[in-house]
Amino acid sequence: MNKNSNAYTFIFAILMVLVVASVLAFTATSLQPTQDRNVRQETMQNILFTVGVDSVEVDGKLEYLSRPLAEKNFDKYIKETIALNPDGSVNESVDAFNVDLSKELNKPVDKQVFPLYIAEVKQEKYYIVPLRGTGLWGAIWGYISLKDDVNTVKGVIFDHKSETAGLGGEITKMWFRQRFEDEKIFDSNGELVGVSVVKGYSGGGDKDDNKIDAISGATITGDGVSNMISERLKHYLPYFKEQTEMKVATK
Amino acid sequence: MAKDKLHKEVENSSTKEELDAKKKEMILFLSSSEEKEHFLSKANRKLLSDPLNDDNPITVQVLGICSALAITVQLQPAIVMTLAVIVVMAFSNMIVSMLRNLIPSRIRIIVQLVVVAALVILVDQILKAYAYDVSKQLSVFVGLIITNCIVMGRLEAFALGNGVYKSFLDGVGNAAGYGVILIIVAFFRELLGSGKLFGYEVLGHKGLTIEDSTGLYALGYQDNGLMLLAPMALIVVGIIIWVQRSRNRKLIEEA
Repeated sequence: MNKNSNAYTFIFAILMVLVVASVLAFTATSLQPTQDRNVRQETMQNILFTVGVDSVEVDGKLEYLSRPLAEKNFDKYIKETIALNPDGSVNESVDAFNVDLSKELNKPVDKQVFPLYIAEVKQEKYYIVPLRGTGLWGAIWGYISLKDDVNTVKGVIFDHKSETAGLGGEITKMWFRQRFEDEKIFDSNGELVGVSVVKGYSGGGDKDDNKIDAISGATITGDGVSNMISERLKHYLPYFKEQTEMKVATK
Repeated sequence: MAKDKLHKEVENSSTKEELDAKKKEMILFLSSSEEKEHFLSKANRKLLSDPLNDDNPITVQVLGICSALAITVQLQPAIVMTLAVIVVMAFSNMIVSMLRNLIPSRIRIIVQLVVVAALVILVDQILKAYAYDVSKQLSVFVGLIITNCIVMGRLEAFALGNGVYKSFLDGVGNAAGYGVILIIVAFFRELLGSGKLFGYEVLGHKGLTIEDSTGLYALGYQDNGLMLLAPMALIVVGIIIWVQRSRNRKLIEEA
């Protein structure tokens, strides 16, 4: 057959596309369950990290909370997983764990549902709120956990799609996340302000001023983190008000 | 020997047809014996080693610069990227070389693209399933292997005209040559930019004040934040090119 003929070219192209497409479709479908499981385990690991569970006891020894271990121990610490309506009532028809915030954020606020995890670690109760916002180059997301007073931050965890490595990408690092610990999300007037990432901040150890120091060279990512926290948390206000007597920290 | 016998037959053949037939046999014999050469013969070793120095894809051919900027801020992603590129290049070179006599020349670039893209997606999917943490680190860069000019360049320049095994070696060699530069650049950028190697603080701990710091930082040393920005990768690559050319004069073009 003439390899330069149109017929040969067409046949070759069609065959090639068919072969490649079926190989890729087969791989994608057969690997899908493993991949989904990884994502699921990672979500659980992240949620547990925010409430300070970073190791669990296995056969009497403390072991780092790896992804498989997180899946095993998730129900032990997370007592409730609920989805909230914008008015603070619990939406029973939604599986909160599988709520995709990237899709929720595209809906109008009054149509969104807000997932919330309630954890109990060493007899302490924590509320864990999933976060999602925008950094400099793309989406950023994470979890923030609040202590029983719904004001003090227990821990945070962040991740990002494509922030600059070494600059905005540093938000995932422990040293940055530690700055959030014990910060307050309400200001002295009782307004919900979240925790702001501030450039050139010198307040150091002041845990009541709702501010933490930013990362040099990552101002926009830092602003994204601030906005994400205050924007997400404010939707939970009705629920928190219902659930607890607010103990707003006043200096 | 078989070769001598064939030679004699060619010389002794009387008719023209017979001569042609024998000549054809001779060519076939020689080409097949060439493929049977030792699997790490000098020529084959050259395929592997050339791209590592005198024919380096980045410093000599100046290809693949874009990804060299993007993933050289830290060492670890640079190394994983190197491994991913080696896998993709070795196999795409092999596949294209296997198909080289079947590919219609008018759509050969498209065919090459499809082969590379398919392999990259496979690598990406497998990483996501079995090396999830690594795949998260590389995020979009795995996808960017498709656009790496070195991959296409080798397919077009080498795999289309050479045997499967040689193409495999060429792919591994060029990907390794690319990777070596990536790792060197990442080494300097991570060390000078954030004072770390593989995330470990090799220059001492940087505290908020000099008193809190240890190692070099206690002496007042500061990280060079410029190293974290993309343009510095070009400057580091430039310095590598400079060093390489001053050591190897034959790489310098005549003015």
